Amino acid sequence: MEKHRVVITGLGVAAANAIGVDNYEKALREGKSGIKYLEELEKINLKCQIGGAPDLNSVNLGDHLPRMLAEKITNKGILYALLSGVEAWKDAGLEPNTVRTDFDSGMIFGAGDLSFDSFINRDFPAYPIDKGDSRKLGSRTISECMNSGAAAYLNSILGLGNRIQSNSSACITGSEAVLMGYEYLSSGKADRMICGSTEGDGRYIWAGFDAMRVLCSNSNDNPEFGSRPMSDSSSGFVPSGGSGALVLETLECAKARGAKIYGEILGGHVNSGGQRNGGTMTAANPDAVIDCITRAIKNAGISPEEIDLINGHLTSTKGDPAEIRNWVKALGRSGEDFPLINTPKSMIGHSVAGAGSVELVASVLQLHKDFVHANLNVENIHPEILSEIFGGCIPTSCQSREVNTVIKANFAFGDLNCALVLRKYKE
Amino acid sequence: MMNRETVKTDLINIIKPYLPEDIMANDVSEDKHLINDLMINSAHIVDIVLDIEDKFDIMIDDDVIGEMNTVQDSINVVLQKTAA
Repeated sequence: MEKHRVVITGLGVAAANAIGVDNYEKALREGKSGIKYLEELEKINLKCQIGGAPDLNSVNLGDHLPRMLAEKITNKGILYALLSGVEAWKDAGLEPNTVRTDFDSGMIFGAGDLSFDSFINRDFPAYPIDKGDSRKLGSRTISECMNSGAAAYLNSILGLGNRIQSNSSACITGSEAVLMGYEYLSSGKADRMICGSTEGDGRYIWAGFDAMRVLCSNSNDNPEFGSRPMSDSSSGFVPSGGSGALVLETLECAKARGAKIYGEILGGHVNSGGQRNGGTMTAANPDAVIDCITRAIKNAGISPEEIDLINGHLTSTKGDPAEIRNWVKALGRSGEDFPLINTPKSMIGHSVAGAGSVELVASVLQLHKDFVHANLNVENIHPEILSEIFGGCIPTSCQSREVNTVIKANFAFGDLNCALVLRKYKE
Repeated sequence: MMNRETVKTDLINIIKPYLPEDIMANDVSEDKHLINDLMINSAHIVDIVLDIEDKFDIMIDDDVIGEMNTVQDSINVVLQKTAA
């Protein structure tokens, strides 16, 4: 069966340091941090009292969303998904289908923990149920809590009629959604898929991570220094929320309608370490990470030497040196031969299920616009990383340079891995 | 007894966010059926009822919800409940 080439024709994002793709590109270039001290976390005795959230006060929701959604939806994970999804669709030069259902277009839009969003503290508390007052839950509790809620509300705007799916795979959710959309289009089952993921924010989602002792707890007085992937003092991830969306299309369809093309997806892979051989619920089996990257490169039909930039997972935890070791082994490149590597996490923290898509938008922008953004707070690189790769491979300032091939990976709880290879579009 | 016009204004403000994009608040007159004329998603009737309960500090039983077909019906329910 002939495989269809798949290109990216639209982008949308709501991230902790910017809402909207133009603002996000500017923030990435400037190295703008979206991490803040949050008093509400101190009040409830979390050890980590910093985090990131897209600033909803910076946008007028009514300008972007239908009236009912703008005024009534309070689940932040869903609002971020609607903002990024609608932006991506319009950025692709498409309009929501107001009357007909578009059976040629579909959606894969994942979410992490919609039911633990901070909105449960306000309009739809769990408390009325226990007080015998569940009638107060109204009509939106189910649709805002169900894991497919972000996709369902987004499609209430877009009116798509091909496959509408919501994956949930912890921190690989976003990259997996894009990989699934790529595979679906490549097999010819649809013309166009909008793919992405979302995560809300706030204490209900974050407290469990705090209890696991995996969050950064030693930068409460210096929030912007909290997220420091690859640093010798990385002490835990900084939690955040956000959503990214990408419109994928078969090359034929994109060309037929004269769409702007940001780049091409060459291939990818998703796998699991089976929670064996070093892999656990929370740690990655290194053999599986290497297998995932290796197969992604093989599926993309490229050689590791062609990679200009790695967009790593790199959460600012003790796992960062292990991730670098896995990249070195998978690519067979080390020292000065290692590609440049970065992650937006130093600016926006770790947006959990939103991370993959928010970070993929950064990957595509760097590919399309020929720049490599900085990693903040990594003046002192972890010595175990320096024993593997040259320090200059970790940019600490934004660089203008040609970027033709990017590999993006995320690794997740449940011992899950996902990698995607993107290339600048050429005929 | 609450003023009928005040109740109507408050009610329209409550209904407004649930109207489809192509129906304006000006289109909401007393004779309009919430679902058939104003095209409000029937699932949102319970949300409108909850908003009315909060606004007027009343309680509307499920069997009364079934009688709130038009804007006029809804105004009458509020007037009856607030008079009680």
